[in-house]
Amino acid sequence: MTQWEVVIGIETHAQLATVSKIFSGASTAFGAEPNTQACAVDLALPGVLPVLNRKAVDCAIRFGLAIGAEVAAKSVFARKNYFYPDLPKGYQISQFELPVVQGGALTVQVGSGDKGYEKTVRLTRAHLEEDAGKSLHEDFHGKSGIDLNRAGTPLLEIVTEPDMRSSDEAVAYARALHALVRWIGICDGNMQEGSFRCDANVSVRPKGQAEFGTRREIKNLNSFRFLKEAIDYEVHWQINEIEEGRKIQQATVLFDPDTGETRTMRTKEDAHDYRYFPDPDLLPLVIERAWVERVRGELPELPAQKRARFAGELGLSAYDAATLTASQEIADFYESTVTVAGKANAKPCANWVMVDLAARLNKEGREIGQSPVSAGQLGGLILRIADNTVSNAIAKKVFEALWNGEGASADEIIEKQGLKQITDSGAIEKLVDEVLAANAPNVAEYRAGKEKAFNALVGQVMKAAKGKANPQQVNELLKAKLAG
Amino acid sequence: MSISLEQVQRVAHLARIAINESEALATQSSLNGIFTLIEQMQAVDTTGVEPMAHAQDVAQRLREDAVSEADRRAAFQAVAPEAEAGLYLVPKVIE
Repeated sequence: MTQWEVVIGIETHAQLATVSKIFSGASTAFGAEPNTQACAVDLALPGVLPVLNRKAVDCAIRFGLAIGAEVAAKSVFARKNYFYPDLPKGYQISQFELPVVQGGALTVQVGSGDKGYEKTVRLTRAHLEEDAGKSLHEDFHGKSGIDLNRAGTPLLEIVTEPDMRSSDEAVAYARALHALVRWIGICDGNMQEGSFRCDANVSVRPKGQAEFGTRREIKNLNSFRFLKEAIDYEVHWQINEIEEGRKIQQATVLFDPDTGETRTMRTKEDAHDYRYFPDPDLLPLVIERAWVERVRGELPELPAQKRARFAGELGLSAYDAATLTASQEIADFYESTVTVAGKANAKPCANWVMVDLAARLNKEGREIGQSPVSAGQLGGLILRIADNTVSNAIAKKVFEALWNGEGASADEIIEKQGLKQITDSGAIEKLVDEVLAANAPNVAEYRAGKEKAFNALVGQVMKAAKGKANPQQVNELLKAKLAG
Repeated sequence: MSISLEQVQRVAHLARIAINESEALATQSSLNGIFTLIEQMQAVDTTGVEPMAHAQDVAQRLREDAVSEADRRAAFQAVAPEAEAGLYLVPKVIE
């Protein structure tokens, strides 16, 4: 049996967060009536000329700095020639030989726990280009309808080296990239609206072979789930083809989410020949060092820096640090929680944000920004767990009460609903005595060596205390009494 | 370097220009004339000379990110061959 190695490279189109188009002053707002945001330049009417949007360049610089890439002092726009009705000029303005961002890398966390590891994905380049319009193929008595609102929308195409070795690594990279472009404010990351879409170049080779296998490119994946499913299907398909003695042909394929399969769109023979050449309508883009330095000064603390700080200063695991920096919103929420609960409680804060809060948000399909429990309220609750005012079990009740708006703070709810933990050992001892007296069979079982009976007794004491007895004290007292 | 008749026809196809056999031959001969000129230029030693992306040695001017174009759909579609429901209609294309 041949051992196969998967090789994946990803190209991502991120729509840049500008209000106007890359080469014209038409609006980029999503959802407008067809063709109401397509001006003479976007329509390629005769005599028009493109003028580059400064903000689009600014976004490219931000991205370049965020991934430690070289921001080219001079880059060049090129024409990518092909005919399609949603591309009125007959060419797309893109960058070819001299892209604005060159090199760089993104380090991502793949998996969790013992199986978790860090992976560095190298980036080849990122370049500025314009989006095409949209073709609608239905309902026009045999004709196609063209909406050019999207034509000219600024995109940053981000290209990796073929560094990923599994669909999990590909998804981890895509997620980290998605978080990063939102984090630095260059893209809204809305995948439903097509603001962030991925193409995956996939090939397989026998483990140990130096040369890459022939790759097929899966186009336009607009969710992380489709990215994973498409790669998994494609890998399986390619291995099967090779094992049955067929050769992989270079091709562009589409993923059908309904069938979970990929199908060929075009093969190498009819691959586009784009005949790139420098666009004579545009002069070279020159970026002065001072501009780059100004953008550097405006950058927020980046996910990687925050991750390192969470791991170092707060002592979190690599996985926790990565999860809590998955988006700026999560990181902000976590940091605000720690501000209230204190750095000594950094780990419980992480658990509450990543587990309890995340599960509750997930249940209602809410984002962390819409959490009814604020970071301050959660921090206040964690303080009461830390000082033994409530046990973890009761804390979950308090959390639920906060979620439902039953009080303004954990303290108020604990007070109002009488949830304060019983730590008075005299009171607990009384409860223990009562339970021991009433549960003689369990006591006998325990003494006969049945450990399980002990848990039953703990349960009885907690029940008698309405869950409010300090569990550790209950354990200790019970053990002592049973031993006596 | 010279260009084959096949290459001429391929480029014509890519550019969506219909040419017949005699036009193709004439084009091949003109293009080969241009390639001869290019060959002469390539003989010049350009070591250390940075390639120019544009005939003018100036940098791109930039515009501020602001919406300056109003909706002129009605005027644009008045001169379009066919439009419906705000869309430009074209012969059906499905890749």
